[in-house]
Amino acid sequence: MSRFRCAVCEYVFDEAKGEPREGFPAGTSWAAVPDDWCCPDCGVREKIDFEEL
Amino acid sequence: MESSETPWADGKKFLWPLGLTVPAFPFIAWGLVELTGLGVFWWSGLILLFGIFPLLDQLVGKDAANPPESVLGWLESQRFYRWCTYLFLPLQYAGLVMACAVWTYGDLSAVDGLGLALTVGAVGGIGINTAHELGHKKESAERWLSKVALAQTAYGHFYIEHNRGHHVRVATPEDPASSRLGESFWRFLPRSVWGSLKSGWSLEKARLARTGKGPWTPRNDVLNAWAMTVVLFGTLIAVFGPGVAVLLAVQAVFGFSLLEVVNYLEHYGLLRQRTASGRYERCTPQHSWNSNNIASNVLLYHLQRHSDHHANPTRRYQALRHFDEAPELPSGYATMIVLAYVPPLWRRVMDKRVLAHYGGDLSRANVQPGEHDRYGVAA
Repeated sequence: MSRFRCAVCEYVFDEAKGEPREGFPAGTSWAAVPDDWCCPDCGVREKIDFEEL
Repeated sequence: MESSETPWADGKKFLWPLGLTVPAFPFIAWGLVELTGLGVFWWSGLILLFGIFPLLDQLVGKDAANPPESVLGWLESQRFYRWCTYLFLPLQYAGLVMACAVWTYGDLSAVDGLGLALTVGAVGGIGINTAHELGHKKESAERWLSKVALAQTAYGHFYIEHNRGHHVRVATPEDPASSRLGESFWRFLPRSVWGSLKSGWSLEKARLARTGKGPWTPRNDVLNAWAMTVVLFGTLIAVFGPGVAVLLAVQAVFGFSLLEVVNYLEHYGLLRQRTASGRYERCTPQHSWNSNNIASNVLLYHLQRHSDHHANPTRRYQALRHFDEAPELPSGYATMIVLAYVPPLWRRVMDKRVLAHYGGDLSRANVQPGEHDRYGVAA
């Protein structure tokens, strides 16, 4: 399970926890998140700009 | 080497509570009417907004000072600043209730009634700015307060559309809330109102679809925010009678139109270029109009430090910074909204600034379709 941080703010997508509110339940792999999904906190950049931690 | 601690004091700290002057508009109006017996003071909100505040922008002047990088985290954590925004809400709604009472029992003339409706609408409109500050935060209580602040103007969808729509597409032709070079405010207004509503709805619909739900659920943040308006207006109509429906409608339309004129100023003509991959470049300080006029900045919680806001949307208002490389409006928002209402004046003041910003090359600007000939660029 990996974690990915937004390139702009401190938001972290943790595969183990997912982001249920956004439709990604716990255990959702990063690969299953669409490329055009935006950071849910700042909305500045999309998934492809996130950095793996 | 360890740098020595530089003492830094926030010069604006005790100015921020002055932002509460705005939700006090209806009370100021009432006080002045009582004091003078003149009904014209029901128009106090507009007199302040379009008369006194632009004057203050000129008189008080500008301030480009930035807090040092090292204190930003500390500054953001100071709860004093949060209370300045939280306290807006009880005043906002006390004013709305007072306006309903005056509207119903005050025996106002039609002209005075209109003044009262616009005064209370000005509070609702600037309340969208308070909602904006709260809605960008990560704390769920603040996000909830954001929706509460939007209820007065029936603009609950702004909470979704602004954060997930406008911030993503800012300064592109796809954003309904970014105005284009050659687009008058009056053409922009319906495009932004309708486009933002549609976009907010589709964003929530798409999010809910990912969770396996349809859009017609109380979990839909657009619907549950609008429900607050239904409850608010329903209660006020039940208490004060159906007559207040006119007041509520007029103030809501004027209020959200005020938000839209502010939207109009913020990105006029600015365009993010496409990168080699076809994506839009990341939003930089060059993609928002800024202003350091102290009066407008204090009344709008640093909204005019708009470039830093787009670079760091979750940053709290007191920590927003001025950037030298950002395009600068000739005056504060209070003055610029008056200009925006008069398109020939607006173009005269702003078009040359867009031209200068792009070094004379308007093919790099966000030009209104159909207006390319006017600016001598290819469509």
